[in-house]
Amino acid sequence: MIRYIIRRLLQVIPVFLGTTLLVYYMVFALPGDPIAALFGERQPPQSVIDALRSQYNLDQPFWVQYGLFLKNLFTFNLGVDFTQQPIAATLARIFPVTAMLAIEALIIQAVFGVLFGVFAGLRKGKLFDSTVLVASLVVIAVPTFVLGFVFQLIFGVQLGWAKPTVGANADWGNLILPAVVLGLVSFAYVLRLTRTSVIENMNADYVRTATAKGLSRPRVVLAHILRNSMIPVVTYLGANLGGLMGGAIVTEGIFNVPGVGNKLFQAVQRGEGPTVVAIVSVLVLVFVVANLLVDLLYAWLDPRIRYE
Amino acid sequence: MTDNSGAIPLETESDKTAPGTPVLEVRDLSVDFGVEKKWVPAAIGLNYEVRAGEVLAIVGESGSGKSASSMALLGLLPSNSRVRGSVKLSGKELIGPDATRIREVRGKDVAVIFQEPMTALNPVYTVGAQIVETLRLHNEISPDEAKKRALHMLDLVELPDPEKAFKSYPHQLSGGQRQRAMIAQSLSCDPKLLIADEPTTALDVTVQAEILDLMRHLRNKLDSAIILITHDMGVVADLADRIAVMRKGVIVETGTAQQIFSNPQHEYTQALLAAVPHLGQGADSGDVDVTAALAAATHTELESVDPDELARRERENQEALKAAAEEAAKPKGEPVLELTDVAIEYPKQGRVPAFRAVEGANLVIHPGEVLGLVGESGSGKTTIGRAAVGLLPVAAGTMRVVGQDISAAKRNGKQLHKLRRDIGMVFQDPSSSLNPRLPIGESIGEPMFLAGVAKGAELQNRIEKLLDQVELPRGYRNRYPHELSGGQKQRVGIARALSLQPKLMVADEPTSALDVSVQAKVLELFQNLQRELGFACLFVTHDLAVVDVLADRICVMQRGRIVEQGTRDQILRNPQEPYTQRLLAAVPLPDPEKQRERRELRAQLMAAGIE
Repeated sequence: MIRYIIRRLLQVIPVFLGTTLLVYYMVFALPGDPIAALFGERQPPQSVIDALRSQYNLDQPFWVQYGLFLKNLFTFNLGVDFTQQPIAATLARIFPVTAMLAIEALIIQAVFGVLFGVFAGLRKGKLFDSTVLVASLVVIAVPTFVLGFVFQLIFGVQLGWAKPTVGANADWGNLILPAVVLGLVSFAYVLRLTRTSVIENMNADYVRTATAKGLSRPRVVLAHILRNSMIPVVTYLGANLGGLMGGAIVTEGIFNVPGVGNKLFQAVQRGEGPTVVAIVSVLVLVFVVANLLVDLLYAWLDPRIRYE
Repeated sequence: MTDNSGAIPLETESDKTAPGTPVLEVRDLSVDFGVEKKWVPAAIGLNYEVRAGEVLAIVGESGSGKSASSMALLGLLPSNSRVRGSVKLSGKELIGPDATRIREVRGKDVAVIFQEPMTALNPVYTVGAQIVETLRLHNEISPDEAKKRALHMLDLVELPDPEKAFKSYPHQLSGGQRQRAMIAQSLSCDPKLLIADEPTTALDVTVQAEILDLMRHLRNKLDSAIILITHDMGVVADLADRIAVMRKGVIVETGTAQQIFSNPQHEYTQALLAAVPHLGQGADSGDVDVTAALAAATHTELESVDPDELARRERENQEALKAAAEEAAKPKGEPVLELTDVAIEYPKQGRVPAFRAVEGANLVIHPGEVLGLVGESGSGKTTIGRAAVGLLPVAAGTMRVVGQDISAAKRNGKQLHKLRRDIGMVFQDPSSSLNPRLPIGESIGEPMFLAGVAKGAELQNRIEKLLDQVELPRGYRNRYPHELSGGQKQRVGIARALSLQPKLMVADEPTSALDVSVQAKVLELFQNLQRELGFACLFVTHDLAVVDVLADRICVMQRGRIVEQGTRDQILRNPQEPYTQRLLAAVPLPDPEKQRERRELRAQLMAAGIE
């Protein structure tokens, strides 16, 4: 087991090098001069441009740029972005916000998705099941930005239940509305996945055995059906956590959340290689750890899976 | 329906229920399933009773309602069902408005053993946890006390290491061990009635024999009433005191085991008994007295048979063996399949190392000969079948198929591609081996079309001829597989395998998914076709009785090795290897008298320490 975890963590090295190289190259290959873009219409003196170029190693060939980036990274020196802000400080600001948002969204989709999915599955073909299925289809079909604006308008502006935009002071309460919007689509998928899984397990032989043992219905559902039904759902949720941490550009944009998605979008637009790559590097780590956790959870849920 | 009041008395030392008073009384029990807003009957007006210490076997083929009616006793049917009538357990009504709470009865007074030990236990909990769950549900005991009792139960069902079994997850146990664990769980609360739904169907014969022994011991020890639901007449003969024969939802005949087997009244019972393949009565060359053969080969004396009588039977057996040996010595022509020291491996996949499933196999099949390859699960019999078609690589030795050495052939290479035209294959599961989206005519014609043998009108002609050969109406060609019954589907499978007039047919358990009466018809068809067309056949099966019907020669496999091979008569009349003897002794005979002899013989073999 320990060996398995170590092996999985060692896999981070090639994944990390591969993704940063790829991202660095793509930012490098973007057309246009980032320094020129920085000044927009104004024409700065050549000496300023040259100074900036050498500060960000833009005067070096690609491999040297990438090598210097790695060297800085391993000495925990992420440098500054084009506005002369330290990148490390930016990361420390944006990641907690997105983490809060992601966790809220994850809890919403997991709790409600599983709850509705189980009830729909147990009442297969009944009114509740059909209603939930249609509703979830609607949620999947409507694009996030439509949902986002509608929720912002209804709950934020008209009803005033939550602040329509988050702004600088992001806390758990402020993030609820964007978290609901963000979690809604995956909620629909979790629901459908749980429902299918419950229906499949409901007719399993061991469930009949459990009933024949004299167990009460709630106990059969909770101890026997639910645990077996959770196996595919957990896989999906884990993969989803990685996605949520990557930041939701649309949702963060609508609700003005100062998180990863917003920052990444800006940085890509400005061609800020160092910022983009720094954010992506953290994301790679998050993905790898999230996947590892899913696999460990998987083995815990299903003893037939054993890692060594 | 015959009167059951004359049931044979049993020597029981019951103090729970006086012998003679029924534990379970079923009156006018009817079960219907709602299908598309109509009630479709699954069981109609059943009447029976079971006494303490008695085994009632409910026998029937699939769709007879035997399982549905028994699940109805405990309310275990899906919600689209309707149950009417009266079921009284020690006087308490279980059905209808006056019913006691069924949940208190389940697991405590009435326990169930299900067919599939693979799936009947929850895969995510240990065996121990599941038994403890049952125990603590019905008894107010501490976890420690429950554990102690669970271990006691696991010991009672003769699991070799109860402590280890307690901590094991179901997938860590073998099929037989799982079924023992299932029985331990069912018996943990001393039920008055045990419903065993096909308890040994999914198991190998030797394991089946052990489980049947176990159930017999427990019946005597615990004095529960048992309802045994099965399609296997051999199992019935081994265990049942009384028998109810069901067909299409109705009990057509009931009686003591003796009455049913020796003097069946209803024509369906007679047909059912006639359809059961009877080990030793398969081929035309005469019946084989397997019990006598085994007794002679192992120098065993039986208490239940008079020694002179046994000696006479052994002598007859020897004479028949001699006659058969002369017949077998005739020359036969160039082999169609020849394995010399063959080893077959499942190639390694990622971190899973290669697995050698067959080692040092030698066998020969001559033209027109049927070789029965017998073994239990994991013996490597299917592996040899698959390698013969080139689906698995040969790791060592030489394999010659229809005169060509394919040991070194590339998988999916040209050589195999061509060779496969000379080999037909029939698969185990007729439902999943036919493409559900192709009409069966196209399934049958596809090999001929792909091989470029025929097309257009000529192809249609040939398809019709093949349908005639497997005795299916020509009009069926446009039907889809789901519109056919299991037996009909397997006929299609055979027609497809025959379409290129193969020299070698590989049949992998082609009848094991079918009901006995259907199996009998398919086997007869197969036999006739084989005689008529004269193809050689490698017939892979776990069922010795089926091999006996078809095979000229028999090859017995155990753990990847061929332990014994010879003509049908050599194997059945004079088995030499202990494993073959054990396998033969484990096959239950559909006749209570003969089965009693066989059981004694098996007990002696086991006692003599034959592994």
